[in-house]
Amino acid sequence: MIELRGLHKSFGQNHVLAGVDLSIERGKSMVIIGGSGTGKSVLLKSILGLITPDRGQILVDGQDVTQADRDAFLARFGMLFQGGALFDSLPVWQNIAFRLMRGSLKRPKDEARDIAIEKLRRVGLKPDVADRFPAELSGGMQKRVSLARAIAADPEIIFFDEPTTGLDPIMSGVINDLIREIVVDMGATAMTITHDMTSVRTIADDIAMLHAGRIQWTGPVGDMDQSGDPYIDQFINGRADGPIEAIR
Amino acid sequence: MTSALGALGSAVLAMLASIGRVVIFAANTVKHLALPPFYLREFFQALVQIGWLSLPVVGLTAFFTGGALALQIYAGGARFSAEAVVPSIVAIGMVRELGPVLGGLMVAARVASSIAAEIGTMKVTEQIDALVTLSTDPMKYLTLPRVLAATLSLPILVAVGDAIGIFGGFLVGVNRLDFNAAAYLKNTVDFLETADVVSGMVKGAVFGFIVALMGCYHGMNSGRGAQGVGRATKSAVVAASVLILAANYILTEVFFTS
Repeated sequence: MIELRGLHKSFGQNHVLAGVDLSIERGKSMVIIGGSGTGKSVLLKSILGLITPDRGQILVDGQDVTQADRDAFLARFGMLFQGGALFDSLPVWQNIAFRLMRGSLKRPKDEARDIAIEKLRRVGLKPDVADRFPAELSGGMQKRVSLARAIAADPEIIFFDEPTTGLDPIMSGVINDLIREIVVDMGATAMTITHDMTSVRTIADDIAMLHAGRIQWTGPVGDMDQSGDPYIDQFINGRADGPIEAIR
Repeated sequence: MTSALGALGSAVLAMLASIGRVVIFAANTVKHLALPPFYLREFFQALVQIGWLSLPVVGLTAFFTGGALALQIYAGGARFSAEAVVPSIVAIGMVRELGPVLGGLMVAARVASSIAAEIGTMKVTEQIDALVTLSTDPMKYLTLPRVLAATLSLPILVAVGDAIGIFGGFLVGVNRLDFNAAAYLKNTVDFLETADVVSGMVKGAVFGFIVALMGCYHGMNSGRGAQGVGRATKSAVVAASVLILAANYILTEVFFTS
């Protein structure tokens, strides 16, 4: 469903993506792992068009994303940002229903609010959160609201950027379980970037490891521990010694 | 010598590139005026934030400036027995120059800084990226409503500031300088022309455009972290203030020297 072919992106002399080839099948949950600064976020933002790659092709359902109608293309996506990226000036329900109150998916205000409250319930929050502002919520609640916003328009494809960063282990577990449940229930195609191995094992059907601007290894999550690849072995076991330099 | 010339050349090129980026940003903003959708709620919120809530600071600035102007013109006029010009010079000075320029500068300090800080923070916390993924163009949602609101509300703020400034001059003239109240008002009205008021309001519109544009431009191009937002805020206020003074000179040339 999503296919990346020879994707390159440099920032000055820093070649962040140096020919990434990757396929993500429809309805599968792909987790991209890799050290900090290896270009995981750049990869994800390139697919969404937030960053323009220097070279290469991104195909969604066989169509080059640069040729697609931008509005229709983005309407198929939901995205959970690392820091939540909730709009401070809007109450929670308007954050969740943002897409439903504007553009091609616009619907009446009451209906949008009802959907927002239903999505709040879906992520385990009570309706009384709806009228609060993001700054009044804890980090875990903000992450859940952001998750609710990502799924508000029932997208076919959902991206999760470091979904558990900054959360305690219990809240991380809750978010991981929620993501897995939602992806399975909705039948969505998911792409998650993380270096939290608990997330990987909970969320992933398949994993791909990004290293030195390329995909170092990709395969089903069950094969990860017996991959035989020294890079992935070092990464998943968190060893300082190995082919990946500890100081980058 | 060569390295000094090289550095000078780099600095000039960087400056020209910055000007180019600002011009393209301004053209993009104006282009969106003609392309739906329009975010009316955001526009009205910006009108309140930029126009209505700037009224106290602009009014106070104008009031004290009008009063000080009356004292200065009286003292200066006394040197050649021309104290009677106080009402007319206060009115013309406020309406043509001080109202729009000081109003513009005060709004630059208040509004350009807050727009740059708000949009800059949105950028570093990925809220701008989130807008894009939610099929919303940040130029339409953030920039156009603010620029439009500032361009439309500044002339009104300037007009109100003019009236308050003239009133400040009137109070000082009547209470401190012993002018007859009726004669002061008559002199003000007799000497003031419609073109004076209109030119000041046109200046206000241009200054409003500059203020909001600089706030949005520097916010959208903010660097990372608290330092990046701080730098964007400072740059927005400095650029808006300098551009207001430069535009004021050009507009004065256009309006009053032909």
